[in-house]
Amino acid sequence: MVEIKKKKPSLFGSKKFLETTSNIFVYAFLTILSIIWVIPIFWLVIQSFRAEPGSVQVNFFPQSYTLQNYINLFDPVALAQTSIRFPQWFLNTLIIATVTMVISTIMVLLTSYAFSRLRFGARLPMMQLILILGLFPGFMSMIAVFNILKLLNLTGNIWGLIFIYSGGAGFGYYIAKGYFDTISKAIDEAAMIDGASRSQIFWHIILPLSKPIVIFTALTSFIGPWGDYIFARVILLDNTESYNVAVGLVWITQRENITQYFTTFLAGSVLVALPITLLFVFMQRYYIEGVTGGSIKG
Amino acid sequence: MKDESKSMPFYVWIPLGIWDTLVSFAKSVFGFISSIVVSIATFFYRFGRGFVRFFILLYQMFAHYIRIFIKGDKHTKLSYLIMGWGAFIHKQYVKGIGYFVLQVGIITSIFTVFWKYLIKFTTLGTDVTRPAGFDETCNCYVPATEGDNSMLVLLFSIAAILLLFGLFYLYTLNIETAYKNQKLVAAGKVPQGFRKDADELLNHRFHVTVLTFPTIFAFTFTVLPLIFMILLAFTNFDRFHQPPGTLFTWVGLDNFLAMFSGQAGYYRFLPGTLVQILRWSFIWAFYATFLNYFFGIILALMINKKGIRLKKLWRTAFVITIAVPQFISLLVINFFLNDLGPLKNFFVELGWVGQGFSFLGIAENARITVIIVNLWVGVPYTMLMTSGILMNIPQDLYESATIDGAGTITKFFKITMPYMFFVTGPSLLTAFIGNINSFGVIYFLTGGGPSSQTLFQAGETDLLVTWLFKLTLFEQDYKMASTLGIIIFIISSFISLIMFSKIKGVKDEEAFQ
Repeated sequence: MVEIKKKKPSLFGSKKFLETTSNIFVYAFLTILSIIWVIPIFWLVIQSFRAEPGSVQVNFFPQSYTLQNYINLFDPVALAQTSIRFPQWFLNTLIIATVTMVISTIMVLLTSYAFSRLRFGARLPMMQLILILGLFPGFMSMIAVFNILKLLNLTGNIWGLIFIYSGGAGFGYYIAKGYFDTISKAIDEAAMIDGASRSQIFWHIILPLSKPIVIFTALTSFIGPWGDYIFARVILLDNTESYNVAVGLVWITQRENITQYFTTFLAGSVLVALPITLLFVFMQRYYIEGVTGGSIKG
Repeated sequence: MKDESKSMPFYVWIPLGIWDTLVSFAKSVFGFISSIVVSIATFFYRFGRGFVRFFILLYQMFAHYIRIFIKGDKHTKLSYLIMGWGAFIHKQYVKGIGYFVLQVGIITSIFTVFWKYLIKFTTLGTDVTRPAGFDETCNCYVPATEGDNSMLVLLFSIAAILLLFGLFYLYTLNIETAYKNQKLVAAGKVPQGFRKDADELLNHRFHVTVLTFPTIFAFTFTVLPLIFMILLAFTNFDRFHQPPGTLFTWVGLDNFLAMFSGQAGYYRFLPGTLVQILRWSFIWAFYATFLNYFFGIILALMINKKGIRLKKLWRTAFVITIAVPQFISLLVINFFLNDLGPLKNFFVELGWVGQGFSFLGIAENARITVIIVNLWVGVPYTMLMTSGILMNIPQDLYESATIDGAGTITKFFKITMPYMFFVTGPSLLTAFIGNINSFGVIYFLTGGGPSSQTLFQAGETDLLVTWLFKLTLFEQDYKMASTLGIIIFIISSFISLIMFSKIKGVKDEEAFQ
């Protein structure tokens, strides 16, 4: 390194002083910003323990606290008087999200592998077709899908939803394909010389090397259905027994319900958000890896 | 530039700098416009060429199969009639029977199930379903008659056509197999048995195994519905034409005319609504994309700054907003910003706003609010996305800049931003399209409101897609929703067209491998 002539040291110009002041500013900014970011969530949590009935209040903090809002969600006696079926909704959502996660993850990974590693005539046309299909608004076709499911007798229950969520799964191959593309092809070739088939290469070589992307795919295909509203709203009809949590909770916020069930809605929201938030915070590393990879590949 | 600026007084180099910026801006605008023109021209050129090529290909295909028919022996010739014969006779029993079963199955299903719909495709049905009742013209009691259902006619017709394409594809495969077997036998070899075929499905033909199921799924739940919806834009399917009570039929381009030029009566506000929503969608997408991007990078820089501790804690604080399902966080913010909610009350007590203030009840406020709330939703995502890339920026770039005397802000605009742009440019354009099609923030936060007298079934903050959703679900105006969907498609493809012509990484897909 070339020796740079140092400036005259002064209190305000010294490197250390600048470093410290800028750090203080950054800390202040980060603190303010994280408060802004967390406030709505914090408000949701404390309001869900609010004892006063009625809709939203001007006070940030409740006057008194209770667990009754949570108990109401599960108490059969309280539930019997309303159309709220929270335990059922939660179970429905869990089934939908889990089954979809299993089917979509397998489909996404296999499709990505095929597009990344295998070479066949229909490869580029298929990728182009998927690209073009992706330019139509996703739920433009919901009425047609609804009618197809109706013919198959799958409306008004959760199985139709699982069909839809898994049906388009292969279209989301981009990120996993981008990941597979980065794995050296020399590995495949070496395995092929040893007599491994394409299928064996996928299951025994590529998959074990792709743990982050497998987890990322599973995570996103679980979270998607967990919070989906649009298709669920169309497919599940007015059968409150078959609602998922999104349709159920949005239904509670409708004008005729909200004054009576506002705190119930908040308690339900906390219970719906909690597992997914915990999952997310613990799986952060994999999520970041997938998101970053996806952005670089575009 | 740097050296000059040192020797010149500030009142010279500041205007010079602005002039430089203006010139480079003008250049990039010119480049942008000319690239659009070029890409449109290229598109039409390619489209025309593709069109011609399609017919050449079609001709070549028919010529090919006629040639095989002439060259083929009796078994190959018989395969043109009975699918799988050429395989079956050469001891490929499973394959042969499979082809035959598919042929019989598909043809029977077309005649038993689909035919009655397919023949009504041109009119979409004419007989209305009538309940049983007394008919006064003949003074007699008529039983209920089951009429047509336009929707089923359309749906089944498309399914039948797709099925026929599938059958045709299998048919050509069958001929190829038969001819291949014929040549193998002539050369004294034995055609491959079932076991070997199955093995190949796990190896050289693994893509067939892997993609068949997703393709069938995609065709049933994506392609078929999409064709159905595209065709709906050319019918008059709305709540006044709901089969089986009332049928709908083809109307040509009427819906597009109503959308663009307007009609007196029911649809008089439609063109104005389209223009306003289009404009707002673009403004929204612009801010949602670039503000999120900019602030996300700044946030990532702050968290990853050297000497800042508790990095994981800061990151988690922001990540939580991604983790909480959007419909929940947005509904909660909706209540939080409510006219009776805590934030407005807080502002009023501070004396910043009057009692008449409303975050979401006044059009202008609502627009600004949704953009800001979208920052709350989107910035953490950009922060995560860019954190990794920021750490990959070569450190020597910064070091040499420091030696040259560049400050933090100069470094940000001259090194960090250009580098980020270079790496994440393509995803920015994808994000722009994504934001035009963004649903959750608007729908859960404002529901499209506040409502407006001059907008057709839309509110002041409705985007194209939320308008589409409302038209479909609340208005049952399926024909207009489909027309709108096609318009959205055209806009999205136009933007991606520019993206593809501009960005090399997308084209050179194999270059990275």
